Amino acid sequence: MAQAQIPVTVLTGYLGSGKTTLLNRILTEDHGKRYAVIVNEFGEIGIDNDLIVESDEEIYEMNNGCICCTVRGDLIRTVEGLMRRPGRFDAILVETTGLADPAPVAQTFFMDDDVRSKTKLDAVVALVDAKHLPLRLKDSKEAEDQIAFADVVVLNKTDLVTEDELRDVEAAVRAINPAAKIHKTQRSGVALTEVLDRGAFDLKRALDNDPHFLDADDHDHDHECGPDCDHDHGHGHHHHHGVSPIHDVGVTSISLRGGEMDPKKFFPWLEKTTQMDGPNILRLKGIIALKDDPERYVVQGVHMILEGDHQRPWKDDEKHESRLVFIGRELDAERLKRTFEACQA
Amino acid sequence: MPTVAPLDLEGHCVAAAWLGGVPHFALADGSVHRLDNGHKSVEAHDGLLAAVPTEDGRQLVTGGEDGRVCLVSADGTVAEVAKVGRKWMNAVAAGPRGAVAFASGRTAWVKLPDGSLKEIAHPRSVEGIAFAPKGLRIAVARYNGATLHFPAAAGKPVELEWAGAHTAATFSPDGNFLVTAMQENALHGWKLADGKHMRMAGYPAKVKSMSWSAKGRWLASSGAPAAICWPFLTKDGPIGKAPVELGTRGDAMVTAVACHTTDDIVAIGYADGMVLAGRIADQKEVLLRRAGKGAVTSMAWDAEGRRIAFGTETGDCGVIDVAG
Repeated sequence: MAQAQIPVTVLTGYLGSGKTTLLNRILTEDHGKRYAVIVNEFGEIGIDNDLIVESDEEIYEMNNGCICCTVRGDLIRTVEGLMRRPGRFDAILVETTGLADPAPVAQTFFMDDDVRSKTKLDAVVALVDAKHLPLRLKDSKEAEDQIAFADVVVLNKTDLVTEDELRDVEAAVRAINPAAKIHKTQRSGVALTEVLDRGAFDLKRALDNDPHFLDADDHDHDHECGPDCDHDHGHGHHHHHGVSPIHDVGVTSISLRGGEMDPKKFFPWLEKTTQMDGPNILRLKGIIALKDDPERYVVQGVHMILEGDHQRPWKDDEKHESRLVFIGRELDAERLKRTFEACQA
Repeated sequence: MPTVAPLDLEGHCVAAAWLGGVPHFALADGSVHRLDNGHKSVEAHDGLLAAVPTEDGRQLVTGGEDGRVCLVSADGTVAEVAKVGRKWMNAVAAGPRGAVAFASGRTAWVKLPDGSLKEIAHPRSVEGIAFAPKGLRIAVARYNGATLHFPAAAGKPVELEWAGAHTAATFSPDGNFLVTAMQENALHGWKLADGKHMRMAGYPAKVKSMSWSAKGRWLASSGAPAAICWPFLTKDGPIGKAPVELGTRGDAMVTAVACHTTDDIVAIGYADGMVLAGRIADQKEVLLRRAGKGAVTSMAWDAEGRRIAFGTETGDCGVIDVAG
């Protein structure tokens, strides 16, 4: 019996970022979908609902020699249990603890065959407290990881900061993750349609509904940069570093742009790059023009996990060019650019 | 000719079992159905996660999404053994003299034959739990190995280490071996006398069903397009030996196995609902049930070794009379 894959939304964010408020809205507002919610603690969710499951965060390293291949063991079990009683819910939401690394959560939905056959990751949503983000970015790696990993960033509590502060915070978020969609809001008041059912990991949809994706290096970029944003204008790539006054280390994004690729060079290169730099690559996304191929090829990755597929035919008025974004730590922009460009047909 | 008496239920069957000669089917929705002069059922939980028969074969130990552990009897009575918080009761096990073990999150509990409840906290989640055949000993499957406890006695637990996540555990019927199923597509075994490791790998999928043959000479397992039967004929078990593959099919994976009560024969259930019986000695096969709606999840032989109760993930359960 073919069963539709249930979409899964992952909600990350520090304590106090407004996660519980958003969760409560998702559970109570009439948006036409029933959610099963996996939380670490029932905590403040003041809702009695037998589709809320409490589960101990269990990170398991996979025994396959890949150091960044981790999964959430408790999610495997809980999702399996939930999926034995389908028909009670339309989608699953996973709330992570404040300090959680989103990678094992996301990787669970790619690495476990049973989970993968029954569910599909829809999007990673990060809640960010506009007031406290500068402090969080200074004292922890996790805040940065959560933003870097997100498809959607909800920049919350904007009423608690000045316009200047908000601009800096947004620039910091954008510097870490140019591909994410940012929503500025108060009291987690983002429209739920902007958070749910995003299809961010759906290769067919992912890069189309993502206006910011890969635009980061456009000369007429529409995002607001911090005062000392040092865009590398005029080059085919763009490497943010020290972009904002409140964020000066850690995660960077590298956008690469090139012409048509030789598949015999490009795929081995991508594989080797993710093998070598996998632990440092948080996310990667790309649209690739392959030589003599009438269709766009899309790729995405989480650490060493890579997925790719043909998406759709190139439109007549579309330029056959390849674009690839890496978000990660200690990435060698010069080497990536050079080796990427060497794969051109 | 084998005959099948179908029992069409709504929902995923977690466990099929015999209680006092009556076939029982525990569903994920928390209902337990039985065929006792007609179809009867009882609600044990709001959501059922695990079920195993007690050693005397009179009751079913069940663990629920409601954090409860219950004993369901063949007459349909449900008795609550314990209720622990709001977390899911993920694993249950039945032991000698009515002992019951269960686990939720990082805690395991053992209800001893004298009725006392022993709580055992673990640093990581308890993924699976099993009783040794003798001596009130339990094994807990956990991340990076397994832990053995004697819950009735004070004393240090025995830690068995092997990197990776272990999700289920089973003792050999003679108590000499412990075998775990892993998150990776493999089983791992320890010879308990000396801690010697047994790696049983090469499965294309996760092993979700394991069954020991009557005298403990074989361990049958799912997770491949055949039932993989590991030899435990010598004191070193399967070390350095190849398994016997029974009921190999090109088009469907084995999802459940159940060894016969006396003979070295394995009931083999597949992802498409088919059930075969295979004899280990000559690898002969007999078709017992044609493909159905969904994967076979659980099977159990009756005490005489004549009938098999089977459950599937789509609810098309039933009883196969092997002799017809």
